[in-house]
Amino acid sequence: MDNIKDFLKQLISLPGLSGYEAPVREAIAEAWRPWVDEITVSPLGSLHALRRGQGPEPRPRLLIATHMDAIGMMVSQIVDGFIRITEVGGVDARILPGQPVIVHGRRDLPGVILQPAPRLLPPHLGEKSAIDMEYLFVDTGLPAEEVNALVRVGDLVSFAQPPLELTGETLAGHSLDNRASVAALTVCLEELQRRQHVWDVWAVATAQEEETLGGGFTSPFSVRPDLAIAVDVTFARGPGVNSDYRAFGLGKGPVLGWGPNIHPALFKVFKNLAERLDIPHAVEVMPRHSGTDAFAMQVVAEGIPTMVVSLPLRYMHTPVEVISLKDIQRAGHLLAEFITSLEADFLEKIRWED
Amino acid sequence: METQNLPLDLLERLSNACAVSGDESEVRKIVLEAVQPLADEVRVDALGNVLAIKHAQSQPSLRVMLAAHMDEVGLMIVDEEEGGLYKFEIVGGIDPRQLPGKPVWVGKDHLPGVIGARPIHLTTPDERKSAIATESLRIDLGPEGSKKAKPGDRAVFATPFKSVGPSLMGKALDDRLGVATLIELLRQAPPHLEFQAAFTVQEEIGLRGARVAAYALNPDLAFVLDATPAHDLPTWDGSENTAYNTRLGRGPAIYVADGTTLSDPRLVRFLLRVADEHHLPYQIRQPGGGGTDAGAIHRQRTGIPSVSVSVPIRHAHSAVSIARIEDWANTLHLMTQALHALTPEILNMER
Repeated sequence: MDNIKDFLKQLISLPGLSGYEAPVREAIAEAWRPWVDEITVSPLGSLHALRRGQGPEPRPRLLIATHMDAIGMMVSQIVDGFIRITEVGGVDARILPGQPVIVHGRRDLPGVILQPAPRLLPPHLGEKSAIDMEYLFVDTGLPAEEVNALVRVGDLVSFAQPPLELTGETLAGHSLDNRASVAALTVCLEELQRRQHVWDVWAVATAQEEETLGGGFTSPFSVRPDLAIAVDVTFARGPGVNSDYRAFGLGKGPVLGWGPNIHPALFKVFKNLAERLDIPHAVEVMPRHSGTDAFAMQVVAEGIPTMVVSLPLRYMHTPVEVISLKDIQRAGHLLAEFITSLEADFLEKIRWED
Repeated sequence: METQNLPLDLLERLSNACAVSGDESEVRKIVLEAVQPLADEVRVDALGNVLAIKHAQSQPSLRVMLAAHMDEVGLMIVDEEEGGLYKFEIVGGIDPRQLPGKPVWVGKDHLPGVIGARPIHLTTPDERKSAIATESLRIDLGPEGSKKAKPGDRAVFATPFKSVGPSLMGKALDDRLGVATLIELLRQAPPHLEFQAAFTVQEEIGLRGARVAAYALNPDLAFVLDATPAHDLPTWDGSENTAYNTRLGRGPAIYVADGTTLSDPRLVRFLLRVADEHHLPYQIRQPGGGGTDAGAIHRQRTGIPSVSVSVPIRHAHSAVSIARIEDWANTLHLMTQALHALTPEILNMER
């Protein structure tokens, strides 16, 4: 894609909390439509886009899943026109005070999250204490009557921090987990326009990953792919995350997952491919749950060989996540190269070398 | 309430400008541009205060100082680390819990940066009970950000100002509301007063600009225009909130006493009378801590009768404060009427 940065900025400017992905789903569908043969939406809200291969039928199928849902908040209570919130996905309450948000009431209301003054908080919370989410409020700046008329318990609250370009071709903003991977898959689809591939490719933007892996369990059931790849974000090294084995260099290339959620033969193919193509990359060991859709996809129906490709991201699950655009391009390119390398009998290579 | 004459565009420019205490030049530039055509005399003093004087057209006249501070709380870069990461210190009263997860503007060119936080996935539930230590935070300008900033550069929350329904949202409303009000009052300065506008520096780190400005101007009395917290939120346990300080929508907050000043009772009574006569809403700020430039002004020279009037704002000293447009309009209205009604007689009254 010529301007993946602008597309990604568009994606992270749209709401799409887990279970309510419609706004971002429509933007993704619009971008993918010219490059695929079929687009459908699953009963749980995942977007399924099929790009047919050029091989003879029946063609083997590859599914690439990038979850499109975002973390955020939900209205739990309204008190005197002030809105109490609970989390959707994993939100550290310590990053919330002072955050601009949108309350998705009967219309979208801009607001800001307030940390009440110490005099309004329980006495055990000192100035070194974190303030739990239950004590924070969203203030819309509107009078109480108006808030009561426009907002209900259960309404969604999204982060509203606008995208910010930092140095070194990086972008900061909320929901880069996992819209950055959606962008990488978009790069891949675009590259496939100029390439031949034998396999059918199902580009899937999954729903509800941050809460239940709902899309990860159900989309592969509809598609019944022979192989599945989850593209997600992983931790980038940065302040407070330096020597952690779980963290990787920002802008140093995509990261290949290794562990029980990943088929070792598929990992090996990716590793060899990245080396042959001279794409900088790292290997992430995932001793248990990979924390991605791969965890779900692997056990769909009779089981699917899965792979995880990740993009290093700083400050994950904050509204100032930082991603490298180069990593997005590289991951997209790696996926496209993998797809074009798939021959009709590729599945024979996915063996257990015991 | 009439709100169409409020200088909203000016407030927007002022709110978006960066002027951490000690580095007020960006706001000073806007102020100078605005006051040059309005005042008879304009000067910038040794600390950077802008002093703008509009002479009285008749004698005897009252020398009235009006002060609003140009500076804001913020951050200063203190050290550079590899890879575009910078250590910083807080300048002024920012609760460190306001810092994680915020974008910032760094230096004169407003370079965008972010203050991140460790991903929740890599924290423990125990760790999440404590505030994030400021020492662990960095300003991140991106991987190519080295040498783009240097120790001594200032940073502020990157919050574009906006007007939302009846409210205003932006950073540094404390005290750009006061600055914008003062510029507007200067525009309409009544001819019977010696009007001494002081746009002060370093209020947030000890009322330092106001101290020397008051000495230099040597006024008969002083009004301080500031913004004060509205803690008008529900309490955690649903009990009555008796410590609200001020409330949004209740009009200008008049000070009787705060942590640094006992207001001159004549000036308090005078403001209340003017407000009542003009049917303007007002509220008495709850006595207690906090302070304004009045704390420095009233103890200058032989003593200067002073009072403060603030626009109530929620969430002061954070990335986004919220003010009500009508509170600002009523503050401007009250001060306009007060200055018109003010005569030297006030100082002959009993305290």
